Amino acid sequence: MSTLIEPTALTNPVEKVLRNDRIPTIWCPGCGLGTTVNSFAYALMASGADLKKTAIVSGIGCSGRVSGYVALDSFHTTHGRAIPFATGLKLANPELTVVVYSGDGDLTSIGGNHLIHAARRNMDILVVCVNNMIYAMTGGQAAATTPGAATSTTTPYGSFEPELNIPQLVDAAGACYVARWTAFHVKQLEKSMTEALKKKGFRFIEVLSPCPTLYGRRNGYADGLAQMKEYKEMAKVKNGAPTYEVAITHGQPIIVGKFVDRDRPDYLTLMRSQLGAHYHEVAEVGVGCGDESEGKEGCCSC
Amino acid sequence: MARGSVVVTTERCKGCGFCVEFCPTHVLALSSAFNKKGYHPPHMVEPDKCSGCNLCGMYCPDFAIFGFKSAETKPVAPAAGPAAAEAAAVEAKEA
Ligand code: SF4
Ligand code: SF4
Ligand code: SF4
Repeated sequence: MSTLIEPTALTNPVEKVLRNDRIPTIWCPGCGLGTTVNSFAYALMASGADLKKTAIVSGIGCSGRVSGYVALDSFHTTHGRAIPFATGLKLANPELTVVVYSGDGDLTSIGGNHLIHAARRNMDILVVCVNNMIYAMTGGQAAATTPGAATSTTTPYGSFEPELNIPQLVDAAGACYVARWTAFHVKQLEKSMTEALKKKGFRFIEVLSPCPTLYGRRNGYADGLAQMKEYKEMAKVKNGAPTYEVAITHGQPIIVGKFVDRDRPDYLTLMRSQLGAHYHEVAEVGVGCGDESEGKEGCCSC
Repeated sequence: MARGSVVVTTERCKGCGFCVEFCPTHVLALSSAFNKKGYHPPHMVEPDKCSGCNLCGMYCPDFAIFGFKSAETKPVAPAAGPAAAEAAAVEAKEA
């Protein structure tokens, strides 16, 4: 009989930051999402972030499940709206470290506008975008990130839309930190996430990840491992590469690395300095409608 | 004496093969045994070559395996080591 190892002092180190009662995950065999979570778990531990003051926000999709597996304050939001939720969280409680962990379909297609404006505002959040190049959970429809010529359920003859170069988009909008890795680059990804967790401003990390079930099998990959091997073979590390040169084209090298690392004042800093004496922390003015009289139906549950 | 070893939680494994493929010293192979869900979990075929680098753990999308260095864990690891026990269990099942 194969047995489950009883938890001892010798347990998987990532379990410290995972909700172990939620595992096994719902993810397919060979899905790269869990691999990215390993890098994130080690980065959380290495960054020294106060886990009691760190929150993770996800949108909808397979990647959106990450927030449920990591033992932080977690928010699983509506489709595409992870960034607005995260923005509210950060503004209402500026001492939180806020991480958005979601997919390419959610962040760049459904919620694409939020992505642009959070980068423009330099909102102090870290966005991890797991790019599996497809709308996975909803059935494998083509997304804005589906590479040209790739087959999906909605592009049975191959996609004829050019794919979005996400690093270029967020760079142009003003992100402070932009990097791209793949699920194969576990160590580099961990380092990048650690670095980004310690930085201020809008930080963006794209992680290419295999989706054997809905992308891979329609595009010539036998399983998740085949996609991982392709990342290993095709990835070229080019730190500091101009983001207009890093678009992903089928059959071409995948450029990975840290592309942007700059500093500029974030939204809260600018707001505080602009408002001067008019600025009050939320805690000072109190939250809610202020009507706490008993038995009265208020506008909210304060 | 191997510098490290691994612990496999076989029931979490989905048999993706990432750990086998990306172990730098080719310590692992997918066993022919099944876990309850019908996947083939990995076992050590070259245990002496394990450095305990934990790359297998970094790659495993299902948190089903991790590596540890021998010296660090000596005080807490049982004599035979849970990895050995686990491998033995898998072996026994195979036989
Ligand atoms: S559908 Fe794709 S992205 Fe979703 S869990 Fe399966 S492999 Fe992963
Ligand atoms: S700990 Fe390192 S050497 Fe040992 S099996 Fe895992 S990847 Fe291979
Ligand atoms: S990487 Fe994990 S899930 Fe995949 S075969 Fe190895 S132990 Fe099993």
